[in-house]
Amino acid sequence: MAHSTLPIGDSPDVTSPGGYRGAWLETLHSWVVTVDHKKIGMMYIGYSLIFLLVGGVEAMLIRIQLARPHNHFVSPEVYNRLFTMHGTTMVFLMGMPMLIGFANYLVPLMVGARDMAFPRLNAFSFWMTALGGLMLYYSFVGGVGLQGMGSAPDTTWWAYAPLTEKAFSRGHTMDYWALSLIVSGFGTVGAAINLIATPLCMRCKGMTLMRMPLFVWLNLVVGSMLLITITPLTAAQLMLEVDRYLGGHFFDAQAGGSPVIWNHFFWIFGHPEVYVLVLPAFAIANEVIPVFSRKAIFGYPAMVGASVGIGFLSLGVWAHHMFTVGMNSTSNAFFVLSSELVGVPTGIKIFNWLATMWGGKIRFYTPMLFCTAFIVQFLCAGLTGIMLSVAPFDWQVHNSYFVIAHFHYVLVGAIIFCFFAGFYYWYPKMTGKMLDERLGKWHFWLFVLGFHMTFDFMHFVGLEGMPRSIYTYEADRGWGTLNMVVSCGAVIQAIAVLLFVYNLVHSYYKGADAGPDPWDAWTLEWTTTSPPPSYNFADDPVVGSRRPLWDLKHPDDTDARYE
Amino acid sequence: MSTVAVSLKHGEADSEWRMPDRGIVGMLSLIIAESAIFGIFVIAYIYYIGKSLSGPTPREVLDVPVFTTVCLLSSSFTIWLAERAILKGAMRRFCIWWGVTEILGAIFLVGTGLEWHRLIYRDGLSISTNLFGTTFYSLVGLHATHVVVGLLMLTLVLIFGLAGKLKQEHAHRIEVLSLYWHFVDAVWVVVFTVVYIVGR
Amino acid sequence: MVWKILKLLGLRSTACRLLMFVFAVQSMAWASPASGPRIYNVPDIFKPHSGSAYMIYSLSLFMLEITGAIFAVVAGLWLYIILKFHKKDDLSEPPQVYGSTQIELAWTVIPLLIVVVLFLTTARILFAVQDRPAPPGSLHVSVVGHQFWWEFRYPKYGFVTANELHVPVSEPKNGVTTYLKLLSADVDHSFWVPALFGKTDSIPNKVNSMWFNPDATGIYLGQCAQFCGTAHAQMLLRVYVQTPQEFAAWLKNEEKPAVQDPDVAEGRQVFESQACISCHTIRGTAAHGTYGPDLTHLMSRDTIGSGIVPNTPENLKHWIKDPQSLKPGCMMPAMQLSDQKIGQIVAYLSTLK
Repeated sequence: MAHSTLPIGDSPDVTSPGGYRGAWLETLHSWVVTVDHKKIGMMYIGYSLIFLLVGGVEAMLIRIQLARPHNHFVSPEVYNRLFTMHGTTMVFLMGMPMLIGFANYLVPLMVGARDMAFPRLNAFSFWMTALGGLMLYYSFVGGVGLQGMGSAPDTTWWAYAPLTEKAFSRGHTMDYWALSLIVSGFGTVGAAINLIATPLCMRCKGMTLMRMPLFVWLNLVVGSMLLITITPLTAAQLMLEVDRYLGGHFFDAQAGGSPVIWNHFFWIFGHPEVYVLVLPAFAIANEVIPVFSRKAIFGYPAMVGASVGIGFLSLGVWAHHMFTVGMNSTSNAFFVLSSELVGVPTGIKIFNWLATMWGGKIRFYTPMLFCTAFIVQFLCAGLTGIMLSVAPFDWQVHNSYFVIAHFHYVLVGAIIFCFFAGFYYWYPKMTGKMLDERLGKWHFWLFVLGFHMTFDFMHFVGLEGMPRSIYTYEADRGWGTLNMVVSCGAVIQAIAVLLFVYNLVHSYYKGADAGPDPWDAWTLEWTTTSPPPSYNFADDPVVGSRRPLWDLKHPDDTDARYE
Repeated sequence: MSTVAVSLKHGEADSEWRMPDRGIVGMLSLIIAESAIFGIFVIAYIYYIGKSLSGPTPREVLDVPVFTTVCLLSSSFTIWLAERAILKGAMRRFCIWWGVTEILGAIFLVGTGLEWHRLIYRDGLSISTNLFGTTFYSLVGLHATHVVVGLLMLTLVLIFGLAGKLKQEHAHRIEVLSLYWHFVDAVWVVVFTVVYIVGR
Repeated sequence: MVWKILKLLGLRSTACRLLMFVFAVQSMAWASPASGPRIYNVPDIFKPHSGSAYMIYSLSLFMLEITGAIFAVVAGLWLYIILKFHKKDDLSEPPQVYGSTQIELAWTVIPLLIVVVLFLTTARILFAVQDRPAPPGSLHVSVVGHQFWWEFRYPKYGFVTANELHVPVSEPKNGVTTYLKLLSADVDHSFWVPALFGKTDSIPNKVNSMWFNPDATGIYLGQCAQFCGTAHAQMLLRVYVQTPQEFAAWLKNEEKPAVQDPDVAEGRQVFESQACISCHTIRGTAAHGTYGPDLTHLMSRDTIGSGIVPNTPENLKHWIKDPQSLKPGCMMPAMQLSDQKIGQIVAYLSTLK
């Protein structure tokens, strides 16, 4: 940790006086009614961590069931609920809140603002998201449903019609799925509005758009995408409920309706959604990699262009999830091309990260370990994605474990790895304490081992013809050994995550004091105390380059000369 | 706590630092999101044109709602007049034009309701009759819901205006709210074209 | 780690093939006994046995070579960087480099070129497989997906069967392509036998089609690949590729109405008086139901329940008595019959060769 020359003095003590009865009630109250982006950000992150663990338990149960052929650990009804809820939870209750939480905490700090553009909308959005999640999980215990676990959704997280119509899903599983996601969707749109308005309207003096940290740029793109990504899902779910309760025929084949338009509407949401999930991972990498390589990001304008390009291109690739539904060959060919094209700006980002590290002096603290693994894992994920965009190959591996391996490589190998990096990097800022480095390294290596054990071998069992969404499989297909290896890897990942949670709690009480700038970084959040005061900055910052603190610390070699 | 001030470009410290207005940006973002929802319903409508297996067709039962459309589109003009009034601080004039906007919006809603009544009871077209019924009521209904929400917001403002709480400095917020109302009108132009012109 | 080093050394595809060999050996342990048709029980997409599957396979190899090369180069670079630029104790800052337009252009243009090449190759195979018209003399079969079984209709021959698809082998000199029309009676399903073709979905209110021309006789395994409900995992597929003679014999047998064995007339009476006939068809009897599989030649099938258990009298009894224990979530209700009645029915069904 380099000697810092930050222009900040002591922060006033803003903690509420404790030590009397009812103090904890006051604290709870302050969290419930807060509109402070930092508290809301931490609530989003805490919420997503809880569901990371819940979704992880669901994954463990799935893997135990699949470890051997003809296993009877859970019934097919329960299994179908488990994998549907695992997917829905990890996307909507873990991924989205996690990314919105990090963005909420950091974007105002990074642009030198006092708070988000619409603080009350911010709070409303969090509580709507939270409510949606609670509604979804209430389904396990509430309502009339089939035997087993109440009415939890059980038709996969993409819920293809007409299986979801009243005729085939007579209970309330689909209603819980649709309604809870509509509710949390309102929250997401609210968060998106803030993610757009804050970088556009609240930047401090001197911070032009091309001087914003890339973290902010990527969240601006994510916010813009969210506006037109979540809403098609809301529309499709409203249509589903019209079919289920008002006798509508949107997806009713018997009335001339087309189940395939559900596929189209869902994936018009679903594909940009996965880019919404991965861009914040890039955002974190864009901050961590330069700081730990001790170099500015290579090709900032290209990175901005690539990010915006990915945002636009990702809107035109959705039907690569539908190569097998029988679209005509021209349509299939179009989506082959568009899907392959979106790999180009993504590749540019990978090359730029490598070029940032080239010639640097890399310090492999835990955040950098996670980001380094992220780079090569994301490369793999992108390449298997290119493979999947080759439609004839996809005709074989669509809906097989190859696809599951691919998207978990993105979701875990890229996104979760970057989120972990973000945790180790910004936890000191949020709490004032450093996370334990030794525990961090154990967490990293165990997680890498478990991740590769599970998801590397999962590619092979998919290539051997194992489809997804099956609660068991025949013993004579030769899939047993691979599945056992995959399941063992899951156990190791679980141990690593538990270590991480322990580290989070332990370091809060026993961690080393972080100070304002433990990593010798360069963006505005490191000019405040750790944690920042509720008003962020006593005076509005004024910046003259992309790395205000670099310029302060190196007045003879400022960025402003090169930009 | 001092400012983080670093090598500014010459003259930058004194020039004005103007950012886009967050109210407008926020409302435009909301409008984009809502347009996406409407877009999906419009696509579904267009896709299902002519695909109903039975029941009344658009040509048989739809009358072009000229009067209500004119009312709704004129309300965009009257709300603009109201905006101009509050910008000048003419609160009475503002309340009058704002009230006229509301009345025009309400006429539109009543007209839609009457049309639906006729369609259901005289022509036998409900949301469950056929694909046309499903897509028609969903799309027009979604729009009508947005008109209702808009009217609620307008009413709130009217109440504040009549109670004398509305001042000239609130003109900007009125501008932002009017954007929403213009959006509702613009959507109607699209829905009208798709349902009553193209779809028939 | 081992995997990364292998990739680095460009040995990835070799390692792939080695692993595949290992798994193939392992899977042979499950193969059928010496007598009877060969069962291709591991549905490996890299072991194609039909022209359409082979076209996909060769495209896949080309694609693997490209992506493998990209991986080797970029991951190699990554490894080099983390080894060379790791500076533990040096606290001075390195020279700051902000970008380079030429380099950016290079790594934009080269990937674009790779995309163009890959797209053109893909498009060629895509159009060749998807748009191929049916040559004369093809066998046409309609496949109807149900929850949770497969119906096969042979319109030219006028009969309907279930769960086990019989097709003739396509010899090099005497190629017979099988053209499938894919339909669904209820929800989305997907027809996937990896060794023979890439999957195509069967979607209600939509007619999809696909073709394959198998080059070796044997039994090929697959299963439904689109989640369709509780028993989706047990909606298995068996494709019997037969010599022209065997296939002709099978066709001839299927075309006949059901065997009328007087010894089991009692069993047949019991069957016809139960609710069985409202779901099942046995041609030549009072049973005309179409909700469940056609049972006219039930004994010509090796398995019941769409491939989940062998077709033995014991299993048949079990199936009729308590189908949920064999296939939880299936649509067949427990028939609530006495063991004696079940025995009579099974005796009758066992004659339906």
